[in-house]
Amino acid sequence: MHPVLQTVLGRLGLGLATLFVVSLIIFSAIEMLPGDFGQAILGQAATEETVAAFRRELGLDEPPYVRYLQWVGGAIQGDLGTSFSGRNASGTDRSREVIDLIAPRLWNTLFLASVTAIIAVPVSLFLGITSALYRNSVYDRTINTTTLTTISFPEFFVAYILILLLASLYPIFPSLANVDASTPLSERLYRSALPAFTLTLVIVAHMMRMTRAAIINLLASPYIQMARLSGASQTEVILKHALPNAWAPIATVIAFNLAYLVVGVVVVEVVFVYPGVGQLMVDAVTSRDIPVVQGCALIFAVTYILLNLIADIIGIITNPRLLHPK
Amino acid sequence: MSSKNQKADPLIQINNLKIEGFSDEQWHPIIKGVNLTLKRGQVMGLIGESGAGKSTLGLAAMGYTQPGCRITDGEIIFDGTDLAQLNDSAKQQYWGNRMTYVAQSAAASFNPAHRLIDQTTASAIRFKIKNESDAKKDAKRLYEALNLPNPESIGDRYPHQVSGGQLQRVMTAMAMSPRPDLIVFDEPTTALDVTTQVEVLTAMKSIVEEFNTAAIYITHDLAVVAQMADVIKVLRYGNEIEEAETRKMLTAPEQDYTKSLWSVRSLEKKPAKVQEPILEIQNIDAAYGKFKVLHDVNISVPRGSTVAVVGESGSGKSTTARVITGLLPQLAGEIKFDGQILPKRLEDRTKEQKRIIQMIYQMADTAMNPRQTVREIIGRPLEFYLNLKGREKEKRILELLDMIELDDQFIDRLPSELSGGQKQRICIARALAANPKFIICDEVTSALDQIVQEGILKLLMRLQKELNLTYLFITHDISTVRAISDEVVVMNLGEVVEQGLKADVFSPPHPDYTELLLSSVPEMDPDWLKNLNERRNS
Amino acid sequence: MTQEKNTYSAAGEVGSVLEKRTFWARAKIELSKSPWTARFGLLVIFIYAVLAIFAPIFAPYGEAEVFPEPYAAWSSEHIFGTDQIGRDIFSRMIYGARNTVGIAVATTLLAFLIGGALGLAAAINRSYIDQLLSRAVDVLMAIPSLIFALVLLSIFGSTVTNLIIIIAVLDSTRVFRLTRAVAVNVVVMDYVEAAQLRGEGLGWIMRKEILPNIMPPLIAEFGLRFCFVFLTIAALSFLGVGIQPPTADWGSMVRDNASLIMFAQYDLKAGLTPLLPAAAIALLTVAINFVVDWFLHKTSGIRDEQ
Repeated sequence: MHPVLQTVLGRLGLGLATLFVVSLIIFSAIEMLPGDFGQAILGQAATEETVAAFRRELGLDEPPYVRYLQWVGGAIQGDLGTSFSGRNASGTDRSREVIDLIAPRLWNTLFLASVTAIIAVPVSLFLGITSALYRNSVYDRTINTTTLTTISFPEFFVAYILILLLASLYPIFPSLANVDASTPLSERLYRSALPAFTLTLVIVAHMMRMTRAAIINLLASPYIQMARLSGASQTEVILKHALPNAWAPIATVIAFNLAYLVVGVVVVEVVFVYPGVGQLMVDAVTSRDIPVVQGCALIFAVTYILLNLIADIIGIITNPRLLHPK
Repeated sequence: MSSKNQKADPLIQINNLKIEGFSDEQWHPIIKGVNLTLKRGQVMGLIGESGAGKSTLGLAAMGYTQPGCRITDGEIIFDGTDLAQLNDSAKQQYWGNRMTYVAQSAAASFNPAHRLIDQTTASAIRFKIKNESDAKKDAKRLYEALNLPNPESIGDRYPHQVSGGQLQRVMTAMAMSPRPDLIVFDEPTTALDVTTQVEVLTAMKSIVEEFNTAAIYITHDLAVVAQMADVIKVLRYGNEIEEAETRKMLTAPEQDYTKSLWSVRSLEKKPAKVQEPILEIQNIDAAYGKFKVLHDVNISVPRGSTVAVVGESGSGKSTTARVITGLLPQLAGEIKFDGQILPKRLEDRTKEQKRIIQMIYQMADTAMNPRQTVREIIGRPLEFYLNLKGREKEKRILELLDMIELDDQFIDRLPSELSGGQKQRICIARALAANPKFIICDEVTSALDQIVQEGILKLLMRLQKELNLTYLFITHDISTVRAISDEVVVMNLGEVVEQGLKADVFSPPHPDYTELLLSSVPEMDPDWLKNLNERRNS
Repeated sequence: MTQEKNTYSAAGEVGSVLEKRTFWARAKIELSKSPWTARFGLLVIFIYAVLAIFAPIFAPYGEAEVFPEPYAAWSSEHIFGTDQIGRDIFSRMIYGARNTVGIAVATTLLAFLIGGALGLAAAINRSYIDQLLSRAVDVLMAIPSLIFALVLLSIFGSTVTNLIIIIAVLDSTRVFRLTRAVAVNVVVMDYVEAAQLRGEGLGWIMRKEILPNIMPPLIAEFGLRFCFVFLTIAALSFLGVGIQPPTADWGSMVRDNASLIMFAQYDLKAGLTPLLPAAAIALLTVAINFVVDWFLHKTSGIRDEQ
């Protein structure tokens, strides 16, 4: 088998194994709940029968591995169980399917993350590469100190500064980003402007610094000096000698930061009351609505693992040592 | 080469060049006002020890300074133009066109993403010296001239697909491809084994002669530079010590420093009386995991003598040391010390068995904990093995420092506050602190400058006489072996090729491998390489 | 031996040998050469430490003391006004230095204790313990730690102890990785082998040979990890699942007063109020990052041994 294929398959297998263990951990969340949680959810007035019925519905009578298989089987088909909220002591059940709660919000979150990524990735690659090329110049130092400051800011600090300036003092954008399925695209973009801007500022700082470090590392390679000494111009050095070897580190940087974006989304969604998965998850954690927490966590984890997997695979298929084995 | 027809005007004229490097928040001088004149077709050897500034000067001849360095004064006149005054894009018209560079580490200097032939021909095509198909045809011809295997197809490979010695020759082809006026060779054979070095040197010398290219050859190895250069310039701490035509420099150096460089090779040891063996290695097999590295190794070390183990990288000489110390338990065979069988594993040996065998490492830098002072480094074995404490310990540390010719002000220093030779001396003192009978010296001088090597070797020999020590001296450097050993063991590919008294091993008839190894060691004679190749070809 | 005149003496072999200086002398020189960012950072860290330790002395009112007027404007009585239930914001800011920073320090210390010890063990063992720990850490790091923390907090509830343990365990994975990586480089050094050959025990080798040599990167990492932990806890508190009332904490103070920000058009000071605790968080992390940046630059420079 070709070494590239072999390595990629190996990496895919590792990704699957990780996914399996992660799903096991998330699943076991419900196992770790204290014994009387049924009472806590249904309220003090709940009778023993309603609690017992609730436990039966969750399948807590079945052995754990059966329930795990059912849970995973359901998750693959898009069934993440039923929310805890909406139940009460009398046994009436107005709870909703977790997937119905998540699906519209997932779309919103992906929209926000994509808008951010479309702006942030090119900007930070440009800043990172140029500051690496003009290392130690005033330009580089300014960018470096600015981004070092920005990465130290909590997301909500950046968010509220933007609200203060662009929503309160100079009301250009709305401070609340309430969108729903019927919002037209232009309106959606307008309302998501501040959250997207906040995320962009935070991500660009991180991504730019990592890109800069990766490029500087690359430019220090002896073969770059060799290329200069064979008369290659600056452009040629970068395009022909640095770039072919830069895909792997750059892919890693982008994937890492997109994964970071997934997490940063949680706080930003709460600040701007943006109806996304992050906000849903925080609400679920506050009300200890475990099935919803599990569903959200699973989605975040899968995205995260997937992004890292893609970066690794890009690294593998651009590695000349693997592409051209001995 | 000196007989070549040389035009009168110099190709390069460097006048009063000064270069500084930035480190530790300030600028330090690296080149302190050096002049250099190179005629067309002439080969100049730049030699000196680490920190002499030879690489910096060699690159400066191309108008190139490494990142973090700057030219503060002087001219670099190449064919009438002062390169020091040009900006980078103007200098790019010279680089890869009229002057090219051969780096020390070919493996790191080739771009892993491109095929060898594309990298070989890139400059010639860029400067329109040749069109693509001519350049490729020419590259294949150069590969052939450089004795590379499969010259037609080797260029289609990627850098990681060929060996180090081949890569170094491909890099020479790459440097020659645009037919430059000047090639700068920066320690091109330092990373190679001697037997490979001979091939690479031969190839480089013949191609430089063929095209009558001027070259600057940077190295720390006198015997190598003697083969390559018409004139030799000796540098030290960024200053020129002297310059002379090669033969004159070898026979009659003027400066004391140059003489001291030459003198190292004249160390000689009187053979020790042959005594009964103190250490016997019998039928040892050893492996790293599934990879077997030693095959039925037998070595016997007489008491009070120095046995040198020589071989190239991969010969198993360092592995043998690891087996003796117990770090790598052998698969088969046994080791007898003073008639007793040593347990295979380090953990199973007694404190006494650990004490009597000590080890000195190649890199003194990594052999000492950088956070411990000399007192702690030498004091620990005294405390650990001999239970010395307080004033007794202090007294013994000072005695040991005296033995290694360092005074007591060194006792509070950290390794970073010592020079290379001083560090290695402290390592020797640490080994002596255990009162050992047997010391394994693993390439102890190969990381040191020649003049420092001499001091260390002399010290080791004096200590041997005074303390009746036995040494197992592992090295790849034949001249060190000649200087200090009583007996010699030649190893190749995990097997012992031969063992015997130095005089016997070094005089013919030799087994094939010993012959190859010994004949490949460069000698100070400028005609050595030529004669060797004539002998081998006949 | 040659009878040549002795042109060589070991003590005179100087080259570029460094001068011997004491730790404090060196620290003083380094500080005098340090950039303004590092000095600024050190000053800020010092002020925060003083405020945190002597909070009751500096704070004009108690941590949970309630005054009759909620959302009071800035005045001489209440420098930064009062919050939604009438507590003095200035006093709560000062107590916040103690609580928020204190909890973050405790968490980081715990994370280093766990991650450092396991990392060192893995680096020395290099066989099954290493394999087991490294794989476990890979999996833990495959879930974003904020998300993982949210899951665990939803199960165990948001008490300070839970918070510290959960964040410390999650963050110890990164400490583990770094400690292991740095220690592996030290373990292969000849001086460690020399100590093994001498017959030294594992404890001695860890304590004397390895630990002192991995300290500089670990100290720098401590600063960075602290920032990360501090920001994570602040984020969790801001989300309402971290440090719980009535404990004064910067993250939840931002959340509690967030609605004031839209009043900025009418009263800028009121609008700034929710930004104050956020700025307090930002200032400290900026300060630490500046110091760490300088420290890293410094220690990596020394390693070059020019």
